[in-house]
Amino acid sequence: METTKQYTAKDFKSDQYVRWCPGCGDHAIVNVLQKSMAELGVAPHEVAVISGIGCSSRLPYYINSYGFHTIHGRGAAVATGVKVANPNLTVWQITGDGDCLAIGGNHFIHSVRRNVDLNVLLFNNQIYGLTKGQFSPTSKKGQITKSSPFGTVERPFRPAELTFGARGTFFARTLDVDLKTAQTVMTAAAKHKGTSIVECLVNCIIFNNGAHGWLAEKENRPDRTIVLEHGKPMVFGKDENKGLALDGFNLKVVTIGENGVTRDDILVHDATTEDTTLHMKLAMMEGPDMPIAMGVIRDVEAETYDAAVENQIKEIQQKSSIKKFDDLIDSLEQWDM
Amino acid sequence: MEKENSTELEQVVIRFSGDSGDGMQLTGTLFSNISAILGNEISTFPDYPAEIRAPQGTIGGVSGFQVHLGSGKIYTPGDEADVLVAMNPAALKVNAKGVKKGGVIIYDVDSFEKSDLEKALFVTENPFEELGLSDTIQLVPVQLTSLTQESLKDSGLDNKSIVRSKNMFALGLVCWLFNRPMDQAIHFLEDKFKKKPAILEANIKVLTDGFNYGNNLHLSISTFVIDKSHDVKKGRYTSICGNTSAAFGLIAAAEKAGMQLFLGSYPITPATDVMHELAYRKDLGVKVVQAEDEIAGITTAIGAAFAGSLAATNTSGPGLALKSEAIGLAVMAELPLVIIDVQRSGPSTGMPTKTEQTDLLQALYGRNGESPVVVLAASTPANCFHYAYMASKIALEHMTPVILLTDAFIGNGTSLWKLPKLAELPEIKPHYVQEGMQGCKVTCRDEESKVRFWSFPSMEGFQHRNGGLEKDYEKGSISTDAANHEKMVNTRAEKVDYVANSIPDVEVVGDKDADLLVIGWGSTQGHLTSAVEKLNKSGKKAALAQFTYINPLPKNTADVIRKYKKVVVCELNSGQFATYLRSKVSGVEYLQYNKVQGQPFTVTELVEHFTTLA
Repeated sequence: METTKQYTAKDFKSDQYVRWCPGCGDHAIVNVLQKSMAELGVAPHEVAVISGIGCSSRLPYYINSYGFHTIHGRGAAVATGVKVANPNLTVWQITGDGDCLAIGGNHFIHSVRRNVDLNVLLFNNQIYGLTKGQFSPTSKKGQITKSSPFGTVERPFRPAELTFGARGTFFARTLDVDLKTAQTVMTAAAKHKGTSIVECLVNCIIFNNGAHGWLAEKENRPDRTIVLEHGKPMVFGKDENKGLALDGFNLKVVTIGENGVTRDDILVHDATTEDTTLHMKLAMMEGPDMPIAMGVIRDVEAETYDAAVENQIKEIQQKSSIKKFDDLIDSLEQWDM
Repeated sequence: MEKENSTELEQVVIRFSGDSGDGMQLTGTLFSNISAILGNEISTFPDYPAEIRAPQGTIGGVSGFQVHLGSGKIYTPGDEADVLVAMNPAALKVNAKGVKKGGVIIYDVDSFEKSDLEKALFVTENPFEELGLSDTIQLVPVQLTSLTQESLKDSGLDNKSIVRSKNMFALGLVCWLFNRPMDQAIHFLEDKFKKKPAILEANIKVLTDGFNYGNNLHLSISTFVIDKSHDVKKGRYTSICGNTSAAFGLIAAAEKAGMQLFLGSYPITPATDVMHELAYRKDLGVKVVQAEDEIAGITTAIGAAFAGSLAATNTSGPGLALKSEAIGLAVMAELPLVIIDVQRSGPSTGMPTKTEQTDLLQALYGRNGESPVVVLAASTPANCFHYAYMASKIALEHMTPVILLTDAFIGNGTSLWKLPKLAELPEIKPHYVQEGMQGCKVTCRDEESKVRFWSFPSMEGFQHRNGGLEKDYEKGSISTDAANHEKMVNTRAEKVDYVANSIPDVEVVGDKDADLLVIGWGSTQGHLTSAVEKLNKSGKKAALAQFTYINPLPKNTADVIRKYKKVVVCELNSGQFATYLRSKVSGVEYLQYNKVQGQPFTVTELVEHFTTLA
């Protein structure tokens, strides 16, 4: 990566007019992404942004980089091809809850399993927006939408659970309205070697307005979310006096200064531990009793697929006497006629 | 070797047949390679079941390998066998109809016990009579199993391993029958079993004993001598199957173009060997992703093409269906991509190991929207190399997906291949953006050929957004403008049509004064050539035009077809190429000759049919 040139967010803005609905959460995310790209310092021509289909998948048009708006659900597979073909590129994959977890579910779990070095922004608004309001695999059970006029009867996916189940090495979560955390997690995702899943909880103002409203509300957000930071105690709340502690095998919220609880009783976040148990507990916390976990929940090291492919090629090339096509032909069983 | 009683033959067809665990494919491959090294032309056809190990001794588990070899031109694996090696009653039953009158059946007596006959659903104790095998067929009973056991009794191997070696006894016997010396066979075995010295030693022993058995006991059949081939162009040769040669074609094209080769693939019979071959070629820097499904097979390849690689995917009919939306993306994004479809019998799962030409219309039209692609069809196992190379060249120079149609018959069958040198192959010049074109749009194209200029990530100053949405002709941005869409549709079509300027004319062979033109495409070339040659020798007149460039068609297509009074289109489907030709060259009455049985044509049936037309 070249770091000699300093970039600004402007260097990553394309000349295209942004066409999302006014008030859509995606606007904030694209702005933060451009800032993160500038912060990372990778030249625009070394960046590829790949997407599938859906509102969020329009994002590549708004970034000055190489962009590819592909077909529904296949972004992860196309991005895998891009990264394996040229591992020097920084590859972002932009996807939504329908694109990623319904039609693209297979490619999602397999790119995570292989640990391809992709930075995946999963825009989760719990609805199909571009097809005008059908329930998605993350819609809450019972949600009323155009295709579920009496409420859905199916259980939703929880992206973190799916990521961990597919042996994911990186998972983070952010809210569209929390620009600071958004930029922190995007930058961390880009720095992580492997498939980084960033679940962006975004608001669809037209078809699912307020889906994350309980969290997004600025005044109560400190009490309803916890922004995790590796190596720091899991403290949250307006007065920073609440924290997470172990209760048997479960997590519980405690208040510092009550019932003899001190800061020392609060768990310290370790995003880098291989074991997923605590990461899973953190990612699965739900309101109103527990805060929703934001920030980098899991960030562990493992060999990436694209690097493994390259390394195996290098290893075999050192051993093999076949260096060119003509050598291959010479190596065949052959005779004169 | 002295032979008291040997017959000189110009050509012979031998079929090895047994349980799918009997090693018939290996036996057949060894025998054909030995023959090729001795200077014969060869053509082979493996015919195997989809089941890896069907219940032993049953009809469903029969695996066959047919080889046709000769001193003259060999175009096909042959219709009927001169010699059948049947390892059990099921193999006999499946192949009985395919043995020539006067032919030889060598069979393992030890495997023809009552229980064996029952497994093959024979109802009497004389399977030969029950099958109505002609009195002229020479039966050669050999105790293959017990002779093999005797041969290896001191080998220290367990009985199962010993019995498994009986295919080598049969091979030794056939080598004796056709005067093939043992040293080449031993050489092949040494290569194959170099890591298993005990098995190697056992195989060589059984092979030699099989040969000596024939030699010493003077089996009451005559042996055959086949002269070296005199029609073959001088040079260095190997024998190769179509899937391997197609893989080599991609490798050669990538190196010639100075590019990295990428294959995205998902296992599917009978196409998987293309992936196997490329997975071995890490030494040549080939990147293979075995994807999670057919769609990911092609979309990883599209990603690699977007990133600047020579990208390919291989599949068979059901996989091509799954890939169709993604092919449309490659059409819309105007990315180079090679799609190899090794056709098999359909629809749906159909008969996965059997050959057919039923994907033609799917390849041409099986996508949403106006979605033209270049379609080629290889016609022999060896020329799968050439067409995979040309498919890559066209894809890279014309910025288009190219579908190469082969099939189970040429994909798994083998023929002689004159070894190429990279330097002798035509240049490949990918249509890259040029220096000074910085800032040009994604749709920026050569106005004559309509080929867009290719730039990809890592090239500074060419950042762009590509995708499946319609683009503005000038600006490259997304557009729903009515007139622009039609202009883009026409542009993509013209780009594909323009390829006709760089492909060869279709050649006509056969009688110059013929009124009858036989038309074929792809893998039927061998059978059609043999049939037309035979017909012309018999005094009737016919000519043959075999198409390998399907879309666009060669420029002389209409002129060729309209010259003849009668035109018959022969294909292994219900008339797909005939339908296509009707739409491309009108005013011709196209007769059809179709076969949809999962098997290639036979020369006999073709000659019979053409005789009624010529």
